[in-house]
Amino acid sequence: MAETQMVARHIPDRLEGRGARLVKSWETLLVAVALAIFLVNSFASPYFLDPWNLSDATFNFTEKAMIAFAMALVIISGEIDLSVASIIALTSTAMGYAVQLGFDTPALVMVGLATGLLCGAFNGLLVTGLGLPSIVVTIGTMSLFRGLSFVILGDKAFTGYPESFSWFGQGYVWWVFSFELCLFVVLAVIYGVVLHRTSFGRTIYAIGNNQTAALFSGVRVGRVKFVLFLLTGLMAAIASICLTARLGSTRPSIAMGWELEVVTMVVLGGVNILGGSGTIPGVVLAALIMGMVTFGFGLLNVPGIVMSIFIGLLLISVIALPILYRRFRGRRSH
Amino acid sequence: MKLLLKNREMLLVVAIVALVALIALRFPPFVTPGNLANVYNDTSILIILALGQMAVILTRCIDLSMAANLALSGMVAAMINAAMPGLPIPLVILIVMALGAVLGSINGLLVWKLDIPPIVVTLGTLTIYRGLIFLLSGGAWINAHQMSDAFKALPRTAVLGFPLLSWLSLVIIGIMVVVMRRTPLGRAFFAVGGNPHAAVYTGIDVGRTRFFAYCLSGTLAGLAGYLWVSRYAVAYVDIAAGFELDIIAACVIGGISIAGGIGSVGGAVLGALFLGVIKNALPVINISPFAQMAISGTVIIIAVAVNARAEKRKGRVILRKAEAAHG
Repeated sequence: MAETQMVARHIPDRLEGRGARLVKSWETLLVAVALAIFLVNSFASPYFLDPWNLSDATFNFTEKAMIAFAMALVIISGEIDLSVASIIALTSTAMGYAVQLGFDTPALVMVGLATGLLCGAFNGLLVTGLGLPSIVVTIGTMSLFRGLSFVILGDKAFTGYPESFSWFGQGYVWWVFSFELCLFVVLAVIYGVVLHRTSFGRTIYAIGNNQTAALFSGVRVGRVKFVLFLLTGLMAAIASICLTARLGSTRPSIAMGWELEVVTMVVLGGVNILGGSGTIPGVVLAALIMGMVTFGFGLLNVPGIVMSIFIGLLLISVIALPILYRRFRGRRSH
Repeated sequence: MKLLLKNREMLLVVAIVALVALIALRFPPFVTPGNLANVYNDTSILIILALGQMAVILTRCIDLSMAANLALSGMVAAMINAAMPGLPIPLVILIVMALGAVLGSINGLLVWKLDIPPIVVTLGTLTIYRGLIFLLSGGAWINAHQMSDAFKALPRTAVLGFPLLSWLSLVIIGIMVVVMRRTPLGRAFFAVGGNPHAAVYTGIDVGRTRFFAYCLSGTLAGLAGYLWVSRYAVAYVDIAAGFELDIIAACVIGGISIAGGIGSVGGAVLGALFLGVIKNALPVINISPFAQMAISGTVIIIAVAVNARAEKRKGRVILRKAEAAHG
């Protein structure tokens, strides 16, 4: 056995300093991208920098971003919920039905929130109670929830929402700041604090990184996941209230395809799709970027489906580029 | 009887027969041989697609872009035919199958070379392929009168009393049975999904196997694109929108484990037939077609729950057998 010389070595907690980490972080990259898009947009169209136009633009992403916050927590915990858009449809249908029964605005909101929570609880029970893979379960409930609104509505639509109800989608709190935008900011702060500053938030990361280890450390994995699915249902209900109030009508095809946009937003925000890492500020930035891109393209008369190509490319490239970069650096250092 | 029910394929056969019998109580003409052949023919495209999806799911991946691939390939087939009506149809089919394979290989390459999670890759390509149809066609429809008669007639041509579409799906089922059971690639699909680490130690390239699974699903989606467009005689941006869920549902119902490594050609075919029977039966027994989505959702959830139970039980059964062998 060779004699090894003991030398006191300084092993740093982290390989890089605080500043270096901040510069190299995903969020910094997102800020740069957001600024670049903002600049390009303001040069490309003279209408972009108008405060009212910008305020209108926020409607592009606020509702989706509300769901994205809860979705981020679900994805960090290693699960996924693809049924969110269908929860919006079913919630909106339930509220439309309640309008026909003569409910007023506070009752409508209660009906909406209750429907969303029920849907979320159903997902949560299937995933945690029966131990089924969330991706298939929520593909199933995605078809079930929207299917139920098709059964109720068929090819008809619910309209006639009360005047006071439309405030949730069209009202302004102060000057150009709409109710939806303010709600988005408040929710962003709440979710940021919950995920980054509470023990509940830490357990979500623990579950996402190693579920078995989390279980053995005393984390009630099943209960936490159930709460996360419940939260996603609740957020989808809130988004549904805003969207229904904004559109003033309910069709079964409402919010079709939103689940993809929400997942794109979360992944673009730097949340690892396999679970275990991600931040709320990242998701907020991703929401801003997607909103600005959609709005800017809209001002330039680019059709919606071409924007979806861009969103698809964005989704793949934001994940591929860091991998390619790491591989390139790895090759160079060898 | 108990042994019979433990086998997923037998369970599905029993379920389908029971379903058909129930429908027959409400509407006897449904069970005439002619109508059953029609139901099979109507399900053929779903069967072809489910077989491609099966290969992908077996390797622990998922292909959400199949329906978009189908729509893009179908649009290209229709555009080629509209521009060059003289081009022989088999050549058009070969071209769109090649196109489908290329679209599938893009998924495969991203999964293989960049290690991006399959669900993210195919979510992305799903929207990209749909968007490309719009860019190609400018949002315009290609209608029946722009397609040549030969283009539209091929799936309908009767051979031995059955349409060519049905025969084609039977041939593909046959090919898939041979590929899955008798070729190294087919066995590799199971090995990669069953235990990727063990697969590596047996000398199987996991990434490459997944790549080939995506090529296979892409090729079949390309073929299905031509079949879809020629059968319904119209091509536009939104054809088969949301059909990716039906394909996955067929696989899940057929007992193909979403966790990979478990499944069979027979299961995928029967799963697709189960959905096909429901879809064809709803209108004749006076249930609103709007209920179909809710019903398939419920069926998916039940099928996943049954799958999970079956997979849990499997380990115990093998142990018990081993104990019996020792004792």
